[in-house]
Amino acid sequence: MSKLLQWVDERLPVVDAWNKHLAKYYAPKNFNMWYFFGSLAMLVLVNQLVTGIWLTMSYNPSGEGAFASVAYIMRDVQWGWLLRYLHSTGASAFFIVVYLHMFRGLMYGSYQKPRELIWLFGMLIYLVLMAEAFMGYLLPWGQMSYWGAQVIVNLFGAIPVIGEDLSLWIRGDYLISGITLNRFFALHVVALPIVLLGLVVLHILALHEVGSNNPDGIEIKKNKDENGIPKDGIPFHPYYTVHDLVGVAVFFFIFFIVVFFFPEMGGLFLEAPNFEPANPLKTPAHIAPVWYFTPFYAMLRAVTVDFLGLPAKFWGVVVMGGAIAILFVLPWLDRSPVRSMRYKGWMSRVALAVFVISFVVLGYLGLVPTTEGRIIAAQILTVFYFLFFILMPFYSRIEKTKPVPERVTG
Amino acid sequence: MKKLILGLFMVILPALGLAAGGGIPLDHIKTDHTDKASLQRGVAMFTNYCMGCHSMEYARYKRVAEDLEIPVDLYKENLIFTGANIGELMKNSMNKDMAADWFGAPPPDLTLETRLRGESWVYSYLRGFYKDDSRPLGVNNVVFAAVGMPHVLVELQGLCAVKPNIGVEASVEPLSGNINNADICPSYAIEGSMEAAEFDRAMYDLTNFMSYMADPVKVERERLGVFVLIFVAIFFVFAYLLNREYWKDIH
Repeated sequence: MSKLLQWVDERLPVVDAWNKHLAKYYAPKNFNMWYFFGSLAMLVLVNQLVTGIWLTMSYNPSGEGAFASVAYIMRDVQWGWLLRYLHSTGASAFFIVVYLHMFRGLMYGSYQKPRELIWLFGMLIYLVLMAEAFMGYLLPWGQMSYWGAQVIVNLFGAIPVIGEDLSLWIRGDYLISGITLNRFFALHVVALPIVLLGLVVLHILALHEVGSNNPDGIEIKKNKDENGIPKDGIPFHPYYTVHDLVGVAVFFFIFFIVVFFFPEMGGLFLEAPNFEPANPLKTPAHIAPVWYFTPFYAMLRAVTVDFLGLPAKFWGVVVMGGAIAILFVLPWLDRSPVRSMRYKGWMSRVALAVFVISFVVLGYLGLVPTTEGRIIAAQILTVFYFLFFILMPFYSRIEKTKPVPERVTG
Repeated sequence: MKKLILGLFMVILPALGLAAGGGIPLDHIKTDHTDKASLQRGVAMFTNYCMGCHSMEYARYKRVAEDLEIPVDLYKENLIFTGANIGELMKNSMNKDMAADWFGAPPPDLTLETRLRGESWVYSYLRGFYKDDSRPLGVNNVVFAAVGMPHVLVELQGLCAVKPNIGVEASVEPLSGNINNADICPSYAIEGSMEAAEFDRAMYDLTNFMSYMADPVKVERERLGVFVLIFVAIFFVFAYLLNREYWKDIH
């Protein structure tokens, strides 16, 4: 065995890679439970890839056959129901762990210098993930698949001059049709997963170049022992591999409760109208995107006034796009001398709390039908969402921070 | 770990209110896919009264026969009228274009109906027909306004002369002692062959069967789920102990 390893290692740096990324990658020893979600996102990604490949084997990407083939997977394919529920629950689980992973970054300032690129790659992953989820949701070809896609693709029509042509180009037809389904299928199963995997590699390479942040937000590389090993660092393998295994067990317990007992999750993970085949002639009474898009959908609907001669819908799209775009520049908005919320002042803490509450409540508002009161609430919360970012250069600089310890705590 | 679970729930909880939805009052039921007798009565009811118009084209006869423990011969003899093979999908012979002419819209496939509308909705709908001469077929439904479907079960339920009490609790008037809304229908325009309670039971069986058809793997899924969770729980213990063993030198 060791001879084989030697043979390979002389031709491919496998030992080197193993050491660099696992056995001699020194991670801070004070990770808390928020640090599970990165590896859990990887786990869910693998779940999506494996179950996705097997679903592809029985799925029929045509307007005539898609809905029936999903029913076929659920009924006639051996373990097909399990593959599909793992995939559909996995989609929502992906967003849950990614949102919690991003929240961890916000909380401990993991995007700050020198980790800007990690954050940017992460944001790109989030963006591609949204595209992946959106296109995947069309594939069951149910009513909500169809009309959800119709609404979202029509948003591109709000762009002045080129909008109508652009949405026509995306659909490949004058309305969502089998053509659209086919191209979304190609993008969902081939193009976007390749991009996603590439970005994940870049995300991790960039992380391993500068090293992991930690709940104290201090650089463990500043304090090294005589061998050049960070005093507060421990090898990722075996310490964090066994640690993450515990996280995996807890995650799986919750995940499988959903898969086996509540696969529809009360209509959140699988929406009821999607049990009816897509029908271009019948618009559902209430169209709501899946829960992970609803904060942005609520922002879109919150914009109700025309401005500068352009329709409200256009500005809604601008606000929605801006809400995602502004996350990209976060590393350059935070001017705080410290990284972690533990040592930032009260203003940063309040701002983060308001931001999280705004995002969650917007998510709720995007799910339910609008009323006048709800639109006003969404407008206020949208403003709060943006203020978190726009005011960050000020409050993060002027607030009084606490002294940061030399070595990691807890 | 508590925080982790709490965190997960905080993300999904606010939206769960959506599941309630609706607005039309319904009579609520809880289906039971392990009640084979009820499912067998349900499939007989469905085949005799519904399947002339409504298909269940995503399901196969054979699966139903096996799951409901009906011998294949018996099933073929009594529950397949189209001459279809036992392994075939449960389509029916009604021409969809002609049906659209007759009823305004073709009768929908009902394989997934209870997951689309909800079990309680279906149960209430089946019992919600009443006489309404303004409608082309002379009947309407309290759950589905301006319904295009005729009251197929009129020979069993009869036809209620007024809007039946669906989703309405019976109550006692404090002064007179009169009981209001005790019966689903206070007066019938046409008498049916079944008592109201008998008909309710039949509709429960029918809904139960439709619910099984929409999610045939439910019983097996939940049975397996228990073992999967037990496995993960045991795995957790070993993962936890392994982790503790490694981490005991880290201070």
